[in-house]
Amino acid sequence: MIRIEPRNSTSRAFALGIPILSAVVSLALAAIPLMLAGANPIVAYGEMIKGVFGSVFSISEMLTRATPLIFTGLAAALAFRAKLWNIGAEGQLYLGAMAAVAVGSGAFDVPGIILIPLIILLGAAAGAAGMAAPTYLKIRFGADEVVTTLLLNFIILIFLQMMLEGPLQDPMGLGWPQSAPVLDQGMLPPLVDRMRIHSGLIIALVAAGIAQFMLARSVWGFKLRAVGENAAAARHAGINVNRSLFGVAIISGGLAGLAGASEVAGLKGYLTADLSPGFGYTGIVVAMLAGLSPVGVVIAALFIASVFVGADSMSRAMGVSSFLADLVVSMSLLCVLVGGFVAKYRIIRADTGKAAR
Amino acid sequence: MPEQVLSLNGLSKRFGSVVANDDVSLTLRRGEVLALLGENGAGKTTLMNMLFGHYLPDAGTIDVSDEAGRMRPLQLGHPQAALAAGIGMVHQHFTLAENISALDNITLGSEPLLALRRDRKAARAKIEGIIEKSGLKAPLSIPVGRLSVGERQRVEILKALYRDARVLVLDEPTAVLTPQEADTLFENIKAMTNEGLSVIFISHKLREVLAFSDRIAVLRHGVKVGELETSAADEKAIARMMVGAETPKVSRERMAAGAPVMQLKGVSVVGRSKRDTLQCVDLEVRAHEILGIAGISGNGQNALAQVISGLAVPTAGAIHIVDSEISKPTPQAMVSAGVGRIPEDRHREGIVGAMTVAENMVIERLGDMQVQSRGLLRRDAIQSNAKKLAKEYDVRGPGVTAPSRLLSGGNIQKLILARVFEHAPKLILANQPTRGLDMGAAAEVGRRLLEARERGAGVVLISEDLDEILGLADRIVVIRDGQLTETESHDRERIGLMMAGEAA
Repeated sequence: MIRIEPRNSTSRAFALGIPILSAVVSLALAAIPLMLAGANPIVAYGEMIKGVFGSVFSISEMLTRATPLIFTGLAAALAFRAKLWNIGAEGQLYLGAMAAVAVGSGAFDVPGIILIPLIILLGAAAGAAGMAAPTYLKIRFGADEVVTTLLLNFIILIFLQMMLEGPLQDPMGLGWPQSAPVLDQGMLPPLVDRMRIHSGLIIALVAAGIAQFMLARSVWGFKLRAVGENAAAARHAGINVNRSLFGVAIISGGLAGLAGASEVAGLKGYLTADLSPGFGYTGIVVAMLAGLSPVGVVIAALFIASVFVGADSMSRAMGVSSFLADLVVSMSLLCVLVGGFVAKYRIIRADTGKAAR
Repeated sequence: MPEQVLSLNGLSKRFGSVVANDDVSLTLRRGEVLALLGENGAGKTTLMNMLFGHYLPDAGTIDVSDEAGRMRPLQLGHPQAALAAGIGMVHQHFTLAENISALDNITLGSEPLLALRRDRKAARAKIEGIIEKSGLKAPLSIPVGRLSVGERQRVEILKALYRDARVLVLDEPTAVLTPQEADTLFENIKAMTNEGLSVIFISHKLREVLAFSDRIAVLRHGVKVGELETSAADEKAIARMMVGAETPKVSRERMAAGAPVMQLKGVSVVGRSKRDTLQCVDLEVRAHEILGIAGISGNGQNALAQVISGLAVPTAGAIHIVDSEISKPTPQAMVSAGVGRIPEDRHREGIVGAMTVAENMVIERLGDMQVQSRGLLRRDAIQSNAKKLAKEYDVRGPGVTAPSRLLSGGNIQKLILARVFEHAPKLILANQPTRGLDMGAAAEVGRRLLEARERGAGVVLISEDLDEILGLADRIVVIRDGQLTETESHDRERIGLMMAGEAA
C-alpha cells in the first residue's frame, strides 16, 4: 500500500533542484523515441539548444514565441488565484485580435501615437468582455465557468471565421479568409532590426511586474488571494467575493485579449483563423508550471517557448518528423508537473509504517 | 476478575512530526464500560481508529479474544479483520445511507455481494431480538433520513451489534443528544453490558463519564496518563489528569444589564433546511450581559448566526445594532456597526489558512488607514499590529508571517479573538466558541467573553454545550425549530426538555 503525504517543508535547494532534474529526466525520456526515429539524441539535443540560443535570431524567435504565452499565462494565473477557472483565454485572445484589426486596419487613419494605444486598449477591452460575460453568468446564475468559457472558445472561433469572410475580410485579399492588414503606424515597434521580436514583449513583462506587485502588495491582491484560498472566510470577513471575481475576470480576459492584439499588431500584421496555435490553452500549462505566480509565468513561458522553438528547429535539422517535436514538448511538461508534485508531496510505503526515504 | 476481551499493547502512531499516540496500552474486560477521556487532540480517536483498522500503528499490537475466550492477535490496518474479530465502532459522524431503511442500513455490507435473494425475515428477527435485549428502539422500515438523531445513533449501534460485536466503541456518543437522550443511551448500554458486551466510550464530558463508566483511562498528548476505577475517581482529580494542571475556574460576578445593543424584531429567514430557518424571532441583547442560546444542533442556530454576522438577509423583520437599524445587512456593515463575530467553523469561515497570521488579523478591516493607504497594503504596520496582538492574546505558533493554517485550533481561535476583541465591539457573536478546544484554551475564551461583558459589550453565545451556557450566560434562550423561547430556569433537566421540545 502506498500513501501520499504533504511534505512538511521544502528546502530551497530541493525546490530549485527538482525542476532542473525534471527537465533532465524529460530529455532522457524523449531520447528513446528520438533513437527509434533514427536520430542520435546527443546531436539532436545539440541542435535543439542551437535552435534556441545559437544566434541572436534564434533567441529573438524564442522571445517572440514567449510573448503571447506570458499574456495568456498571466490571464490564467490571476484568474486561477481567485479559483475562477478561465479556460477561455483562446477565445478571448481572438476577441482581442479582432478588435485590434477592426480599429487598426484603416477604420481610423490617425497617427501611431494614438492608434497603438487604441489598438491595445480595445484589444484588452474585447478580451475582458469575453471573460466578463461567463463570470456574470457564474455570479448571477451559478453557471460553471469551466464549461462556459471553454465552449465560448468554439463560438468565438466560428464567429471569427464568419467575420473573416464578412465584415473583416480584406477586400484586396483575393477571397482568402483573412483581415485587412493593420496600418503601418499601428504596428507595435520591433525591438531589433530585421527580427520578429516586437515591443509586445515589453508590455507583457510590464504586465507581469505589475501583476506580481499588485498581488502581493495591494488590497486588491489581498482580497483576490483571500477569495481564492477560502471564499467562505473572505465573505465572512466582509470581502465582496463577487466583486473580486468580476474584477479579476476583467483583468484576466483583458490580458488574454492583449495576447491577441499583440500577435496581430506586433507580429502578423493581419488576422487569420490560425493566428494562435493554442496559446490560450498553453497559457494554462504555463500558469500551472509557474505555480500561479506572475514572475513564475515569465520563466515558465520562456521555458515552454524554448522547448517549442528548439524542438521545431531540431526536427528540421535532423530530418525527423515534426511530431517528435510535439512529443518532446509534452514529455518535458509532464516531467516538470510530476516533479512539482514530488516537490510538494512525499510517497510513503504504508505496509511498514515507515516513511520511505 | 472477569476475563479480558481486548488488549492494546504499546500502540504508537505519528503523523509527520506530530505524535498522536505514544506507547499506549489498554485492556478491556468482559461486560465493562471503559471511558476514554482526554482533551481534543489527546489522541483518543486516533487510538480507536487503529483498533478499528483505519490507521496502521507505527508500533504495537492488538489482541482480541475469540468466541472461546482465547486472546488472538488482530491483523492491523484492516477494518474487515476488526469487524470479523467482533469490534464495532460508532463514529461521531454517522455513516448511514439516508435514503434506505434502517433495516437495510443494518444489513448493508454483511450480506454476500452476489447473493440472489436476501433473507430479510431472518435479518429482521435477529435485529428485533437485539432490540428486545438492549432496549435500543428504532423504526426499522422507514428511510433513515426521516429518523431523529437519537434514533440514527441507535441504528448505528444496532448495525454493530447485528455483526455480533463483542467490543463496541462509541466516539463522543452524546455530542448530538439532549441530556435525556443521553441518559436513555447509557441505560441501553448498561442493558447490553449485562449481556456480556464490552464498551469503550470516548468523551470529554466529565459528568457523564463519572456517572456511567466502570473504569476511566485518561490520555494527554497521546500518552496514557492515568487509569482508575470510576468508583475511586473524583472530578477534580480527573480534570487535573486531563490538562496536567488545575484548570482556571471561570468566575463571574452579577452585573446589571445596560441599554440594548442588539434588537431583532420579527426576523425570519427562509432556508433550505431546518438549520437555516428562523421563524419570526424577537431577541434583545443588552450591554453587560451574555445571552446564551441553547439548543440541539441544527435547530436554526446557523440562521441566527448568519443574520447577526451579516451573511444572511432576513426575509422579514428588522435588525437594530445599538441605535441604528441595519437596513442592508452585509458582513462589512455588521463590522462597521460594531459587531464582533466568532464563527462556528473557525477553519472554514474564520481564517484563510494559506494567508499569514498577520494578514488574517486585518482581513476584516482592509479599509482602515492603518492597514492600507491608497489601495496598497501597509506591510510594516500590518506586521507590527500582528506582533502586538499575538503577544497580547498569546497566539503561539511559528510567527506572524507564517501561514495561519500552521497554528493549532486553540491558537487559531486566539487569532480570531484578537481580531474581534481588539476593536472593542459593542456586540459579540460567539458561535460554538470553544468547540474542539482544549480546556485551557476554552477557559481563555470564556475569560475574554466575560471581560467584554464587563467592559459593556453584549454577547450572544450560541453553544450546544449546555454546561458552557450555564456557566457563562446571564440569560438563556432555547432555540428549537427556528423559534426562540426564553427561560428563567438555570436547571439543566428543564432546559434539556425544552431543547427536545417536550415542555415550555
